[in-house]
Amino acid sequence: MTENLLQIDNLFIELPAGSERQYAVQDLSLELAPGETLCVVGESGSGKSLTARAVMGLLPAPHVRVSDGQINFNGEDVTMATYDRLRDIRGSEISMIFQEPMTALNPVMSIGSQIDEIFRYHVSMSRSKRLERAIELLRDVNLPNPDQIMNAYPHELSGGQRQRSMIAMALALKPQILIADEPTTALDVTTQAQILKLIRDMQTASNTGVLFITHDFGVVADIADRVVVMQHGLVVESGTVNQVLNLPQHPYTQALISAVPSLMPRKARSRSEKTVLQVRGLNKTFGGGKSFFGLGKPNREVRAVKNVELDLHKGETLGVVGESGSGKSTLARCIIRLMDTDSGEIRIDGNEINSLSRAEMRPWRNKIQMVFQDPFASLNPRVRVGDIIAQGPVTLGIEKDEAIKRARELISIVGLDTRAFDRFPHEFSGGQRQRIGIARSLALKPEILIADEPVSALDVSIQAQILELLDEIRDQMNLSMLFITHDLRVAAQVCDRLAVMRYGEIVETGATAELFANPQHSYSRDLLAAVPGKEWKAGSKPKSAKSKRKSA
Amino acid sequence: MTQSTKIIRYVSRRVFQGVPIIIAIIVINFFLLNLAEGDAVDVLAGEAGSATPEYMAQLRAKFGLDQPLPVQLLVYLKNVLALDLGYSFRHDMPVSDLIFDRFFATGLLMTCTILLAVGFGVLLGLLAAMQLNTWKDAVITVFALITYATPLFWVGLMMIVVFSLKLGWLPTSGMENVAAFYEGWDRAKDIAVHLILPTITLSLFYLALYTRMMRASMLEQYGQDYVVTARAKGLTERRITFVHVLRNALLPVVTMAGVQVGALIGGSVIVESVFAWPGLGMLAFESLFARDLNLLLGIFMLSSILVIVVNLIVDIIYCFLDPRIEVS
Repeated sequence: MTENLLQIDNLFIELPAGSERQYAVQDLSLELAPGETLCVVGESGSGKSLTARAVMGLLPAPHVRVSDGQINFNGEDVTMATYDRLRDIRGSEISMIFQEPMTALNPVMSIGSQIDEIFRYHVSMSRSKRLERAIELLRDVNLPNPDQIMNAYPHELSGGQRQRSMIAMALALKPQILIADEPTTALDVTTQAQILKLIRDMQTASNTGVLFITHDFGVVADIADRVVVMQHGLVVESGTVNQVLNLPQHPYTQALISAVPSLMPRKARSRSEKTVLQVRGLNKTFGGGKSFFGLGKPNREVRAVKNVELDLHKGETLGVVGESGSGKSTLARCIIRLMDTDSGEIRIDGNEINSLSRAEMRPWRNKIQMVFQDPFASLNPRVRVGDIIAQGPVTLGIEKDEAIKRARELISIVGLDTRAFDRFPHEFSGGQRQRIGIARSLALKPEILIADEPVSALDVSIQAQILELLDEIRDQMNLSMLFITHDLRVAAQVCDRLAVMRYGEIVETGATAELFANPQHSYSRDLLAAVPGKEWKAGSKPKSAKSKRKSA
Repeated sequence: MTQSTKIIRYVSRRVFQGVPIIIAIIVINFFLLNLAEGDAVDVLAGEAGSATPEYMAQLRAKFGLDQPLPVQLLVYLKNVLALDLGYSFRHDMPVSDLIFDRFFATGLLMTCTILLAVGFGVLLGLLAAMQLNTWKDAVITVFALITYATPLFWVGLMMIVVFSLKLGWLPTSGMENVAAFYEGWDRAKDIAVHLILPTITLSLFYLALYTRMMRASMLEQYGQDYVVTARAKGLTERRITFVHVLRNALLPVVTMAGVQVGALIGGSVIVESVFAWPGLGMLAFESLFARDLNLLLGIFMLSSILVIVVNLIVDIIYCFLDPRIEVS
């Protein structure tokens, strides 16, 4: 019993009356030993985050509470602990890192003072000693110039640096347990790989037990010793990483794992010689306005898109991959003329459209349409689904009855019930909303579809369905698609050709299979190397995380 | 570039930008005021009871009122650039002397009002948010609602009735007891006693506003992710409220306070009338009826300068409160 750092027995977390279900977490039991990494995997709403919060006594009181069960930390039941005892435990014996390091840090306090607080409230140390320790911590998490970062504010750091600072904070007092709630979800793949390695190194150094919450099986394959799979608040399966990933027993686990897109690129389809979209020498710069009377510094200039050249052939899917800030979304918006460019040419079927005015552009709008990333933000919440879809054709002069008929058809094409026509967007789940978004973009019968991260806000099983839908529609309507994504697994499954973007430039283009097998540019190689769980899948059994650690 | 040189550059740029704004305000006010029927001579003649047209024309020539409007404007602008605000024939004094004399009274009233309203508003809002859904929260919210909905002049009159007439604790009006000829400390004490009622009256409305804003802002900040982080770090609730949440919650209140300084000058007209406070508001009110355009233009110019300066100060305070905002 006491050999486990953390032992949760039959935990029930009750939701307030009138919620979707009575318990957020039901009859959950798990244990965590020192030096072990336990991954809790599940889709959104599975109760994995609330489990983590419950261990820290951080449930959003008084509405959500532990109604039954025990959480034993070193044999002490933390659900019974007093407030003062809990405060002692938090940050010193159990600490936590979060998904979004920008919002998890106080924006108006320097990193140094946010680290310093932990020492001030848990141990008595002199001021100079605390300062010394804080700088040491920042050095330990491999941050450059720790002295500078002490005085920096969160907004002055990059996402990865912020998460490193969070980790420094969490490890300040060498906790026995580190709870990591999706710590790399908001980060780029290369940064994610670095953060995962950092957590692993820290864990080995001080034999910390890590409770790692994630939805990403690639990450699980890379770091987990044992895995717990949750669905709707219930544990459906648990076991070692080998068992769960390679011999999943429960149908839900099996479905989840088979929904993870494989890194094996699919076969490229034969491509037509006809080019539908041609981009030449496209440039876009942000900022750089003139300063007033020469006083004040001139604004910073960001060159978001630099000299981009693209060719999209009839019926093919061209993937644009890159990390955040690489300019891929800006490129998409420039091509569809939602943004004005500085220079360059965009040709649709050989016709230059970049120099057209707003009015001249209108007849071209139906040729090229876009599916947006966030299905929650991109649909007007006050407009009925049917109108959202029919609005486009109606503005372009199609008869209202005709447009409505077409909208109903599209709703069933994208796999929704036709009753959806009269409902509002908020009545649908994320995946369903993305289907509405796709229906909307198809209403104008476009030849070219630009999909800007269409699945990155979705759970993995929904993601698979949407990708399948996009595939079907593309074949049915002979669409040419520009597919923007940061996820190389998705790109491998969807794209015929890839263009890798960094700092606004396309560094490499090539057929997906070739680029995966033999990347030419060093950045493409880095990107591919950083994909989590790349050794797993395709039948090969992952080595257990522990042995991997030893070999590293 | 260091922080201080950045701020100096920023301030000088803002001052530069302020000059065309003030000139525009003068020009617009000049034409607006001249749209109204009648001039100072009409009023003087009316009060004198009998004045021949010849005498009136003579007066107009003396005041320069017989010139075409654009010429009058140019003359006025030229004088302003030479820091000469003209002469008030009504008061028989240079406008600048008159304004600066009264400016002290209004400045005192406004400063006290803002300090009281922001200070107590923040305090009450903080208290209400910390004691959310208890009787204290309810009392504060209801108090804020009532003061927010009560007209200023009525509050002023009731205050006089209760505290001056019935209880006799405080003076009814004026800024000091002129007949007493106090000097030094005694004078300051006398002014302070006279200041109490007008300040409270004028600040009540703003106090309610800031209380409500602060409470909402605190509650919003309590829901942010960094508060969960702070709790997960094992900090005390005191530390979380007073260090983490408070500073973030103050930002919108400071912005609002800066915007409302302009409105405060307008609001002070009513309070200054009720309490016979010898400030700019009263002066503006009187000079409007006397058609004393020189004086009015002077007051308008002073208040626009005041608004520009206060906004600049607020922006600089904001930079210190919120490191995300850079002076540039």
